[in-house]
Amino acid sequence: MHNLGYDAAHLLGAVVLLMSFALLYQRRLFALLHVFTLQALALAAVAAWQGYIQNSPHLYVTALLTLGLKAILIPVALRRIIVKLNIHRAIEPALGIGLTMVAGVSLVTLSILLVLPVTEDSAALTREDLALSLGVVLLGLLMMISRRNAVSQVVGFMSIENGLILAAVGVAGMPLVVEMAVAFSVMVAFIIFGIFLFHIRERFDTLDMQKIESFRGESH
Amino acid sequence: MSPVYAIVGLPLLSAALLALVSNYRLGAWLNCAASAATLAVSLLLFAVEPSADALFVVDALNIYLIVLTSFVGLTTSVFSATYIGHEIKTGKLKPLNLRFYHAMYQAFMFTMLLALSANNLGVMWVAVEGATLTTVLMVSLYRTAASIEAAWKYFILCGVGIALALFGTILMYLAAQPVMGPGMAAMTWTELLKHVPGINADILNLAFVFLLVGYGTKVGLAPLHAWLPDAHAEGPTPISAVLSGLLLNVALYAVLRFKMLLAVNGEALSPGPLMISMGLASLLLAGFMLYRRRDIKRFFAYSSIEHMGIITFAFGMGGPLANFAGLLHMAMHSLTKSAIFYAVGHVAQSRNTQAIDKIRGLTVSHPALGWGLLLGVVAIAGLPPFGIFMSEFLLVTSTFAREPLLAVPLTIGILIAFGALVLRVQQLCFGEPPEDAQPIHGSLVPLYAHLGLVLVAGIWLPGPLVAWFQTVAAILGG
Repeated sequence: MHNLGYDAAHLLGAVVLLMSFALLYQRRLFALLHVFTLQALALAAVAAWQGYIQNSPHLYVTALLTLGLKAILIPVALRRIIVKLNIHRAIEPALGIGLTMVAGVSLVTLSILLVLPVTEDSAALTREDLALSLGVVLLGLLMMISRRNAVSQVVGFMSIENGLILAAVGVAGMPLVVEMAVAFSVMVAFIIFGIFLFHIRERFDTLDMQKIESFRGESH
Repeated sequence: MSPVYAIVGLPLLSAALLALVSNYRLGAWLNCAASAATLAVSLLLFAVEPSADALFVVDALNIYLIVLTSFVGLTTSVFSATYIGHEIKTGKLKPLNLRFYHAMYQAFMFTMLLALSANNLGVMWVAVEGATLTTVLMVSLYRTAASIEAAWKYFILCGVGIALALFGTILMYLAAQPVMGPGMAAMTWTELLKHVPGINADILNLAFVFLLVGYGTKVGLAPLHAWLPDAHAEGPTPISAVLSGLLLNVALYAVLRFKMLLAVNGEALSPGPLMISMGLASLLLAGFMLYRRRDIKRFFAYSSIEHMGIITFAFGMGGPLANFAGLLHMAMHSLTKSAIFYAVGHVAQSRNTQAIDKIRGLTVSHPALGWGLLLGVVAIAGLPPFGIFMSEFLLVTSTFAREPLLAVPLTIGILIAFGALVLRVQQLCFGEPPEDAQPIHGSLVPLYAHLGLVLVAGIWLPGPLVAWFQTVAAILGG
């Protein structure tokens, strides 16, 4: 039974990481949202499964929050924004698939090399979850750097938060306060992002961050 | 009941109340009153030193920061009351904006005081995150293209920083959990401090790197400082004053708490080299950048990066003397920089520009304001008899005594920044003023109150303050 618990947790964690890879090379905004939804679903499953094998019911709350907010509410809302702003046809110049994969694999290797040697005292599941989640965080960072569109940057930011939740549920007995905080902050962040997107649209008629970057506070 | 509950609760209640007040004059007045009440209660901490409970802790490290934060909060609210009156008159802000602004101001004070007094890593992280969100909203208050871009940049960079800090917090819990068992205890400062010697040093090291980079983004350390000048320049000036004077300190305070854990652990790596290199990089980078600035608020924002670099360097050096210098410098920089931003706010309003080239002859057109700004810049540049001279002198001499090679770039950095400050302040304060200079509205009391305190601290430090600094300097380690 222990082995099944371990294997399933491992598999689900790996699915979250896999979705991060898939996020990296999506060029269309709707496709990006679909992959993000899948990642949130996998994350909710991780949280629920961890709640079951650790026998800590509060993780079910985390799972429900993830499911409700990240897999349903946020994708639906972002979809509406995209349709409303009429940018759903936009094709983004993301990095090439080959290059992205090389960069992503090296980041994941880095996180495994970083986490595994220092956590030898901890349970195997915890260590591996932590390595996976650091990978998700780094891939999210890579995505935020390589994307120019404001909506994709928001999705990148939220995938970083997914990585953090993956880490938090993997550590046995982590108090609820942190998970609540993450869920809460995602919600607030989303509201703010929404307001921003709206205002950015109003001011510049574009969501391309590169064009906005030229409005500097100071002429150089 | 511990006064900390009132210190944290008052701003929260006032924020809720101010969200309901539609008259902006009444709002400004209530904002001052709430800040004054918070300061009054925080002064009580000197009389009763409350013992730590599960939620809050008050010790030698944060007691002076709590009082400093509520004091600067009060003086800034007084400055803000006159500042916003002018913005309403010129039509830059609408009363509805201000209702929001006042509520956010108190919410911001709440998050900072909570971050300073929290006894729990998770609560502190939530508070720092909250401080980011409230300030993002205030930076974008003017709704101009530049202010929205600044707020976006601020939010993206600090959001990533905050995320890294949370990862560090989770790692810290992971390190503590085998020793202290699952549950809240492993996230409580006072409990962690007791058990930290037995904790796995490797995970502590890894956690500290994430925490330093994460919270360091909010401190404005190079190379993650890009948000800071924009956020300072485009938001309302009272917000620039509290950002520079208070928020940077709060983020640095979070780093110091974790550094303390590493120092008590003993086996963990010394965070010194990391902090020294980040501090020096910020100091030198900001020193050179100062020469190229044309916007007066961006100019002083870079000066804040420079000073946060000096302070981080001081804590990186460690040891009783350098730590003492760092703690003193935190307080002095906070008072001086917010005073300078008060002056800059009046200047920008009377000349209707933030361009340094267009501001001349301040001592001729507005003697009280011009000399106040001049004194502030003299203080921030590190000239005697002001307090910053004392802390910089202490730091430079102690560094020369221990690591002469490190003292050279430190001194060079301070001198480079000094040159830029003297150069610009001459242009600003002397020369022929333009014809259309308008009289300033509002009082200069907050400005001179801060400068007075910095002057007094440069000449004489009160006994209890020295005692706290010495206690903390000893715990912070090398």
